[in-house]
Amino acid sequence: MSSSSSRSAATRAGDQAWTKMSKMNAELFNLTYGAMVMQLIRDYEDVQAVNQQLETMGYSIGQKLVDEFLAKSGVGNCANFREVAETLAKVGFKMFLGVVVEVTAWNAEGTAFSLQVYDNPLADFVELPPQYSGLVYSNILCGVIRGALEMIKYQVECRFVKDGLKGDEVNEIRVELRQMVDESFGEEYNEGA
Amino acid sequence: MTESKRNAGSGGGGIRMLNILDRPLATKGRGVGGSEVSLSAFSFLFSEMVQYYQNRVLSIADLERKLEEAGYGVGHRVLELLAFREKQYRREIKLIGVLQFVSSTVWKALFNKVADSLERSTENEDEYMIHEREPITNVFVSAPADISQLNCAAYIAGIISGVLNGASYPAGVTAHHVAIGDGQREKTVFLIKFRQDVLRREAALSG
Repeated sequence: MSSSSSRSAATRAGDQAWTKMSKMNAELFNLTYGAMVMQLIRDYEDVQAVNQQLETMGYSIGQKLVDEFLAKSGVGNCANFREVAETLAKVGFKMFLGVVVEVTAWNAEGTAFSLQVYDNPLADFVELPPQYSGLVYSNILCGVIRGALEMIKYQVECRFVKDGLKGDEVNEIRVELRQMVDESFGEEYNEGA
Repeated sequence: MTESKRNAGSGGGGIRMLNILDRPLATKGRGVGGSEVSLSAFSFLFSEMVQYYQNRVLSIADLERKLEEAGYGVGHRVLELLAFREKQYRREIKLIGVLQFVSSTVWKALFNKVADSLERSTENEDEYMIHEREPITNVFVSAPADISQLNCAAYIAGIISGVLNGASYPAGVTAHHVAIGDGQREKTVFLIKFRQDVLRREAALSG
């Protein structure tokens, strides 16, 4: 188990950030997401294309969301990938979606973990009919995580390994670190003539 | 997307799917006022939605139509939800009754406040207006000068239209900007235009 003191500090930060955020009705949020997914299905008709589009939209959201996160959460720099995972789960998810998320299943090298999302506000009134069993309904979350982490230099891949809409008890997102992003400026920024 | 599912057997992985019609509809306590998420999450999602539509339309009017269509389905579902939850819900048979339902009950359920005001148009009999100073769809939106007429509250207009159509008061609803003056941001007015047969029915019922 990772150090319990850092976990509870993250939880406290998450709760504090959540209380400061302006809120809105989760059902309207849920129905809005449903309307968007329905529109995507109508436009693309291919389930894999919809999954990809959801991930892309999430990526774009994540890139902007991380700015708001850093501004409003008040958390300091994370020292390593484990802290990033804890902060993402306890502060990030709590602050924006108001849900509790657990970090589990670290691999031996410490480069991959799983997020257990017990309560997914996106999928509250949703049922997947059999012909859409390939649809990853909440794939936008994978995109958001990928976009947000990439802005803080972690290039990751995310995918749903367990989906509540497909009969699993919880939703589980697997996050795997691919590489650290090396920020390099263009040639025009090099100092010296 | 609402076919009922058969319960999966309890062998194998021991997964048992609750039929969606059996799942509880009561508000879960995710926040103080029932289930809540942050306004930012909604705003990010809504912004992606608008951007997605923007790439697929050619004019502001088309974009507003697309948003209204998106809201229409939401409106139907909201009506069903509220009809289920309101303990003393009786079907509104008067026009003014259904408008008050929209501007107070629906508004309270969706936005945690009642609409700023509900008015009847003086020029046309079939038009009513709901005023709202800062619809949540517009909080973080700033439109560039060339598309300044775009009102993203067209999404909410679609929701209202869905509620009214579901309640058997077919109407077209559009969202418009109205200047307030003294430097404040423009407020939004939802213009509700009822179909002629609604007015005839109303006249027949009250006459």
